[in-house]
Amino acid sequence: MLIFSFFKTLTDQVITVELKNDLSITGTLKSVDQFLNIRLDGISVEDPERHPHMLAVKNCFIRGSVVRYVRMAAKSVDTTLLEDATRREAKEAKK
Amino acid sequence: MDDAANSGISEPLDLVKLSLGERVFIKLRGDRTVTGVLHAYDAHMNVVLSQVEETIHLVDVTEDGNPLPPRVERRNVEMLFVRGDGVILISPTQQ
Repeated sequence: MLIFSFFKTLTDQVITVELKNDLSITGTLKSVDQFLNIRLDGISVEDPERHPHMLAVKNCFIRGSVVRYVRMAAKSVDTTLLEDATRREAKEAKK
Repeated sequence: MDDAANSGISEPLDLVKLSLGERVFIKLRGDRTVTGVLHAYDAHMNVVLSQVEETIHLVDVTEDGNPLPPRVERRNVEMLFVRGDGVILISPTQQ
């Protein structure tokens, strides 16, 4: 739930999603769900020569389970808030 | 056992909790390792890190199938989410 909320705070930010097949897609995060499925708008592929079949794709839905990394700008994340929320969630999980 | 209970360490992820805000070393599937400052984690071992250095360990093969000496590829990312299903281990680093 914590990471889900974290991604919700990133909506409308530009992020790069790196998939397990090494495809990296940059775009604006439009929505995310509890499985961390991601919808991206206005996408571009990092290495278009290796993935020419992606050139025509302008927006997409990414299944959460194929994601390896999500890269984002450091300024879009409040790290102290995130750490406090993590501690709170860890405490809740113990009860 | 009592000592462990008093210091609030009773389950494995509590060790990860102690590393919040500290630099951690994470070993991932696919011969990858990352180090970075830990800001969030959950029960799936999804994590959020900043000031990340990712290292990919590669062994290239020559045309006749003989392996060349291993080499590493490094990459820096300012803020990174790592999906938990790729995580093998999380360890505190001493620098």
